[in-house]
Amino acid sequence: MKIHEFQGKALLRQAGISVPAGVAAKTPDEAAAAFDQLGGKLAVVKAQIHAGGRGKGTIKGNESQRGVELVKTREDAKRVAAALLGRELVTIQTGPEGKLVQQVLVEAGCDIDRELYLGIVVDRACSLPVLMVSNEGGMNIEEVAAETPEKIFLEPFHPADGLQSYQVRKLCHRLGIKGDSIRSAEKLMKGLCKLFVELDCSIVEVNPLVVTKQGDLMALDAKINFDDNAMFRHKDLVELRDLSEEDPAEVRAGNAGLSYVQLEGNIGCLVNGAGLAMSTMDLVKLHGGQPANFLDVGGGAQVDQVTEAFRILLGDKNVKAVLVNIFGGIMRCTTIANAILEAYKQVDFNVPLVVRLEGTEVEEGRKILANSGIKVITAEGLTDAAKKVVAAAGAA
Amino acid sequence: MSILVDKNTRVICQGITGKAGEFHSKNCLEYGTKMVAGVTPGRGGQSVLGLPVYDTVVEAVEKDGAEATMIFVPAPFTADAILEAADAGIKLIVAITEGVPVLDMARVYARLKADYPHVRLVGPNCPGVITAGECKIGIMPGYIHKRGKVGVMSRSGTLTYEAVWQLTGLGLGQTTCVGLGGDPIVGTSFIDVLGMFQEDPETEAIIMMGEIGGTAEEEAAAFVKANVTKPVAAFIAGRTAPPGKRMGHAGAIISGGKGTATEKVAALQDAGIEVAESPADMGEAVVRAIKRAGK
Repeated sequence: MKIHEFQGKALLRQAGISVPAGVAAKTPDEAAAAFDQLGGKLAVVKAQIHAGGRGKGTIKGNESQRGVELVKTREDAKRVAAALLGRELVTIQTGPEGKLVQQVLVEAGCDIDRELYLGIVVDRACSLPVLMVSNEGGMNIEEVAAETPEKIFLEPFHPADGLQSYQVRKLCHRLGIKGDSIRSAEKLMKGLCKLFVELDCSIVEVNPLVVTKQGDLMALDAKINFDDNAMFRHKDLVELRDLSEEDPAEVRAGNAGLSYVQLEGNIGCLVNGAGLAMSTMDLVKLHGGQPANFLDVGGGAQVDQVTEAFRILLGDKNVKAVLVNIFGGIMRCTTIANAILEAYKQVDFNVPLVVRLEGTEVEEGRKILANSGIKVITAEGLTDAAKKVVAAAGAA
Repeated sequence: MSILVDKNTRVICQGITGKAGEFHSKNCLEYGTKMVAGVTPGRGGQSVLGLPVYDTVVEAVEKDGAEATMIFVPAPFTADAILEAADAGIKLIVAITEGVPVLDMARVYARLKADYPHVRLVGPNCPGVITAGECKIGIMPGYIHKRGKVGVMSRSGTLTYEAVWQLTGLGLGQTTCVGLGGDPIVGTSFIDVLGMFQEDPETEAIIMMGEIGGTAEEEAAAFVKANVTKPVAAFIAGRTAPPGKRMGHAGAIISGGKGTATEKVAALQDAGIEVAESPADMGEAVVRAIKRAGK
């Protein structure tokens, strides 16, 4: 689960981590009032969307307008907010369609001495969370990682013990942080690592983390994602979710306990198991088709969930044919067969359906489909299924 | 021979009184698994499928000599269930449960490594472990397996069934199939299992199914190059997956341009591993790997 920058900064502030004073605004007038409230001198207006690269991103139809801008007067604050709010911001992470800006964060400016990078993720190689820092702040850190990995310094830490003081001193040495700034760094780094664990984050990223002219470390940005699987113990965080930032079909699928990712193609795929679902996409592509989605119905899905899956698939106007690929383990082929019948009753099936069943209760499942009288193209094995669905989509 | 489990392995199910726990314990019993008990806190003294139910794992170890466990408890309690099993003296822990918080697993992994280094955890979020014709601990359909000489390991459940089905169809049976699980932190890696298959005299060829995300496949490739003399085939799922999107499994995500299928395939091929072109080609890839090795 993702949250906005202003929400992330509020969490940081609560945890005692230094962030600039700021106010979120939904209208240009609110932005102007926020500017006054912050002292009326120098401020930054930042578009709030669930994507990075906002500083370099531009507003659709007004390419001279960036997603982040420095303002010196309340009129400027109002003008910039008006140019951002209600428009689509296109960044390297949003895709060409961009994302609608519904809020801006107006934030007090600060005297920056230098910019650093800080990130915390779970490192699969050592099975522990790891703190990453670099002097290359403000940069695209993925490029730094690819081209000059020696410029990123890593410290894994145990979730129960947290980051240790000696690790902070080591990182400060690497970053050239000296004197009183080390104390500021200790508070911030340990605080962020503690927050990462306590809130079950999957990523905490502060880019840039700045050293001010006064020698203090301050989080100028805050990107926080949470582990969806741990949200059962963070009811307060779940309320921070902004559904308007998410793909409606993906939200709907999530509510039905399905795992769905929207893609660009025209062949809808309904599969059980993530690995087989990915492989089915690969196979469709290998045979010249384009998958419209990734959809894993999981193992424990019941008829109504699978019916909902069909509704979501057929709700995508690009879909010209649907491939059902099931290898029953926990999932029974009879459940899928009954769901197909149910979907035929409830949903307007206007595209060809190719079905490949194997595994638990396969014979009974095939029988249900054969006796139903509905038009299903049955397939034997993966290649046969892929060829048939690509042909069906091509003919449509 | 085989790895991890055989017909003598004494197995319990933690969470046996739940719907999934009971259903799959029944299937395991029918397959021939030597199930000896079940554990559900607060349900001690009851009986499920003719097996005694205990409140604690330690009772199952003391009274029935339990050696392995299959965990079906809900995700919020899985970390505790794993540590309980390790503490009770269980040697093989197979965690089927999906949706376990990643940081729970980080804590468990570190605890097991420090305090119970001889305990083997497989999973979580995995289909389990099966030694064909002898012992099934997990949710895989038993009938697709046939005893033979191929060792199978995978990060994905249904993709494993697909590979096993193709192998069986080609007349190539299996020794043991290990589902490692699709989460970012799992107890057992490809490397762990590769080492066991290399040592197992009955296993003559190996197939591994990987997927996008992380570097487990690259590490496996390096291990094969240095340590494995048996023919190895592989398949990587997710060649068409877009970056930055989580493909079902929490671990299956291309982030920062890392963890792509292309990188993984290149590493595997560099290690002399026969890589299947499509998921329909997994069984044939094993045939080619064996042929190439001249066996």
